[in-house]
Amino acid sequence: MNKVTDDLKTALGNKVIDMIQPRDNRIYMRVEPEDILEVIEYFFFDYKCKFLTATGIDTREGIEIIYHLAREDKNMVINVKTLLPYPNPWMESIGKKIPALNWIERELHEMLGIEFKGHPDMRRLLLADSFPPGKYPLRKDFKHSDVQDGDYDYKRSGI
Amino acid sequence: MKRTIVPLGPYHPLLEEPEHFKLYVEGEKVVEVDVEIGYNHRGIEKLSETKTWDQVTFLVERICGICSTSHPFAYTLAVEDLIGCEVPKRAQYIRVVVGELERIHSHLLWLGLAGHFIGYNTVWMWVWKYRETVLEICEKLTGNRNHYAMFKPGGVRRDFSDEQIEYGINRIEELKKPLRMLTNAILDDPVIHRRLKGVGVLSYEDAVLFSALGPTSRGSGVPWDTRNDEPLAGYKDLEWKVIVQESGDVFSKTVVRLLECFESISLIKQALEKMTPGSIDARITEVPPGEGVGRYEAPRGEVIHYVRSDGSNMPYRHKIRAPTFNNLPTFKVSCVGETIADVALITASIDPCYCCTERVGVVDKFGNESTLREDDLVKISVEKTERIIKELGRTPTLFKKGI
Repeated sequence: MNKVTDDLKTALGNKVIDMIQPRDNRIYMRVEPEDILEVIEYFFFDYKCKFLTATGIDTREGIEIIYHLAREDKNMVINVKTLLPYPNPWMESIGKKIPALNWIERELHEMLGIEFKGHPDMRRLLLADSFPPGKYPLRKDFKHSDVQDGDYDYKRSGI
Repeated sequence: MKRTIVPLGPYHPLLEEPEHFKLYVEGEKVVEVDVEIGYNHRGIEKLSETKTWDQVTFLVERICGICSTSHPFAYTLAVEDLIGCEVPKRAQYIRVVVGELERIHSHLLWLGLAGHFIGYNTVWMWVWKYRETVLEICEKLTGNRNHYAMFKPGGVRRDFSDEQIEYGINRIEELKKPLRMLTNAILDDPVIHRRLKGVGVLSYEDAVLFSALGPTSRGSGVPWDTRNDEPLAGYKDLEWKVIVQESGDVFSKTVVRLLECFESISLIKQALEKMTPGSIDARITEVPPGEGVGRYEAPRGEVIHYVRSDGSNMPYRHKIRAPTFNNLPTFKVSCVGETIADVALITASIDPCYCCTERVGVVDKFGNESTLREDDLVKISVEKTERIIKELGRTPTLFKKGI
């Protein structure tokens, strides 16, 4: 362990479940869903990270979200992971405080069915309004037969 | 004052791809902007989970026709980060050359379009004339004007011959003179100054808050450039500098792009000259379980790819984030307070690339509130056909064939 990970551990205290550094410029850490808002805010506002993106992964026990942030002057990518268990994956919205996360939360919402409590604008971003509710394309149990051709039809979306 | 909605798009002469902007205006002034995307979905992230590690390189190359090397670049870096392998020096330099050639042709493409948008078609014609030189170099070096298919996890697919390297060095040098002429012509033109300066300002704070990328952030004084911040082996030993402008308006984004072209030329020249004979492939045979993040500075900003492997021959999850995804939401701040006439220019100033931004679902949607519906369009079309038939006094051959 080097100085960076030690500093982060001191700053975040017991919020970090574990932290690994497989390469010099990559850090992976796990935190509990209830701490994620505070941790991301710390990285974005205090640690001056750039927000890269967030990845949602269906691990079959739940949805794992990885927030990718980068501290550019230190050449460091920090990946903060959290697991939102099934059947109702939800978390507090971070997009309401950091605009950079606004769109990615909308994408995660429609693609993986995560609920972001308090998000200011939860309209669909990429999928059609007529896409059947309750079907999430990036979940592993999604089959293409779940969706009919007509589901992409604007006429049924009521626009 | 009464608030009115002015639609811009989804199909609009100034937008290269379908996108819908709702401008809430009071008089001429824009008070709020709503962006609606989702017209171009192709489901690439989902599709990627059904392709082998090698095939994905070709798939991601087709995310965008213009940044067709940035996505494979970031993807191969992600796979190499997962495996932890070192790419041979010669392959690194070949990657730099292809990546930088793409940057010049993309920036020139944008510059031409920007000239066209502000009604300055001379700029458009001239810039695209010189862009042709770059495409010719691309063709000579990689075999293709676009979609170079040079990348593979662990290295590159094709080597450069000595003859190609010499050709590249000579031709890229040729580009300097016309580029300098263009830069001077554009930067000294009082009409362009009037049209672009102070328009669509994105402040430093907002650029950071929205995590804006590429020329959009560098035009606002945020010096983020992945090539510098996370130096790849190829870029580390080459000399170049990050171009930053402070004012945050459309003009400073133009300046950033123009000056970056010169840095790219210098990078290409240095990489071609420094190239020493050697292997071009690290020969990856297996992808172990794990995860990796790959980042590369595409012409429009940083591209990030995340891959997770479960040890099989296909990615378990492959996440792609293109720069426009972060840059588009900045309109919420940069367009407000401007006039309608400026909005098209501001939207163009981030060099938006929608087909990269929308790659997740499988959708086709159309229409909005009080716009024309499909039935109306069919009706208009049928009426027009009937009118043509009547005017001609016969059925045109085109319709007879049933095309």
